[in-house]
Amino acid sequence: MLSVDIHKRLGDFRLDVAFSAEDGILALLGASGCGKSLTLRCIAGIERPDSGRIELNGRVLFDSERGINLPPQKRRVGYLFQHYSLFPNMTVAQNIMQGARLRPKGERRAAVSAMIASMRLDGLAEHRPSELSGGQRQRVALARCLIAEPEALLLDEPFSALDDYLKWQLELELTDTLGAYAGKVGTTLFVSHDRGEVYRLAESVCTLTRGSGNGVQPVRELFAEPDTLAKCLISGCKNFSRARPLGGNLVEAVDWGVTLDAGREVTIDVAYVGVRAHYLSIDNGQLTMDNYGGRTTGNLVRCTVERVIDDVFSAVVMLRTSGDASSEMSRLRMELPKAEWDGFYSADSPREIDISIDAKDIMLLKE
Amino acid sequence: MDWYPLFNSLRVAAISTAFTFFLGLLAAHVVSRAPRLVRGALDVVLTLPLVLPPTVIGFFLLKLFGPYGPVGSIFEKWFETRLVMRWYSAIFASVVVAFPLMYRTTCGAFRAYDRDLRSAGQTLGLSNTYIFWRVTLPCCKQGIIAGSILAFARALGEYGATSMVAGYTPGRTATISTTVYQLWRTGDDAGAYTWVAINIAISAVVLIALNFFEKNEKRGGI
Repeated sequence: MLSVDIHKRLGDFRLDVAFSAEDGILALLGASGCGKSLTLRCIAGIERPDSGRIELNGRVLFDSERGINLPPQKRRVGYLFQHYSLFPNMTVAQNIMQGARLRPKGERRAAVSAMIASMRLDGLAEHRPSELSGGQRQRVALARCLIAEPEALLLDEPFSALDDYLKWQLELELTDTLGAYAGKVGTTLFVSHDRGEVYRLAESVCTLTRGSGNGVQPVRELFAEPDTLAKCLISGCKNFSRARPLGGNLVEAVDWGVTLDAGREVTIDVAYVGVRAHYLSIDNGQLTMDNYGGRTTGNLVRCTVERVIDDVFSAVVMLRTSGDASSEMSRLRMELPKAEWDGFYSADSPREIDISIDAKDIMLLKE
Repeated sequence: MDWYPLFNSLRVAAISTAFTFFLGLLAAHVVSRAPRLVRGALDVVLTLPLVLPPTVIGFFLLKLFGPYGPVGSIFEKWFETRLVMRWYSAIFASVVVAFPLMYRTTCGAFRAYDRDLRSAGQTLGLSNTYIFWRVTLPCCKQGIIAGSILAFARALGEYGATSMVAGYTPGRTATISTTVYQLWRTGDDAGAYTWVAINIAISAVVLIALNFFEKNEKRGGI
């Protein structure tokens, strides 16, 4: 159990993060420069927060009021650095040995050998870090952390230093390793800006927006039903509009120039609505346009095709709604399989199309 | 031929380099961890001997270590030792003049050093002293060696401050550089040529060593 409540000011940047993590994997998710790594460095004792408190399994690591600030050496917190930070002047075995120096002298060699075997580093013991591949380096760094038997493990963007091809392989490996050590390392904090990684690896997530934490929640919940605009942005949603609740299930999407039926009650504190780019679909014409007062029913949005971007496997269609064109939010982004788009739309098709939004896909967001 | 100047020059340069090595390392280490404003001020003060004329340094040293100076008078009184006009007086001059070269080269190496390595060591429970000797220094090895060689070369070539502080006494304080000056002054061109050739030979060896280490540095990266 790790509980963190820290504040730090660095020039114009303010970090205010509070969360507590049970045993298991908690992800810190946010854009680059939002303070994720800084948070980890504060927990490890590499940086000193201005104020606050950090507690790990009942031990106080930092408490500004009581003047407690344990040095990193005494925190028992493992830190896997973004670029692994292996000691370049030492071999693989010597690097791992550095993590075992707190153990009794007689046990160290055996512990290092066991760790080398369990991390599949056999035959590499006498190699220098410069002779290893990215994946091997990560395994050495992880072995060096784990042999010190930390009570919490901090992973700082563990895959960002790798190319795509390796990433996937390493992710699978890391999941296995973390699974094997789940009982020994209590809390694992995993920092990432990649939503997919977080979704696949972590159980719960704390999102960060420009230095402020938005609280911990289960990962599935963040992606299924984010409740604020900030969380929804971090979860990867591309389409937003300012919202005006009209009572009952109806909400006006101001920027899109339509009224939507959310299929559930729209409370008065709903300030934005959002729809994921993958959940927009082209209306096949079977739904009828019911023109009363210029409003569409069945959640149809009349749009103009502005641009089509050819992605690897999908078509990204940029659409302009009838909302105020000066607002950035008035544009919609739709992503659909290439074949589906090509089958529907060609160069001589009319540029106006109807987009349908299913009520269950509308996310109701607070400020 | 009297080989004393060669012996004395090498002795002075070697001892000065040893002092400069530790002083430069210590200074670079302290400065690299000081707050920014303090760092800027210290940097200016510690680099000053590099740009000051050696005569100014010699002047300061004489005022400080001379028989009536604050340090010199203490040694006269308590240890009955004179600090100037002895062979070892040249060490004071060489250390001060060579120090900035060691200090600045080491600072550069420390700046290029990846600080996460130090943090990684700390989170593994390694003491700061252990990390400094076993991780930081080995990683900055090339820069530190280059700095030491430069300091040695500078100490070997030191003339201005040395001639003021140690003077020229054949067989006692004479170094290669002061000997060359003395031989030229007395019109002994042949003698001067000999020492000039010896000096150039030693300097060439030192510079070749320096190039060798700098080349290795490029190859030795992670």
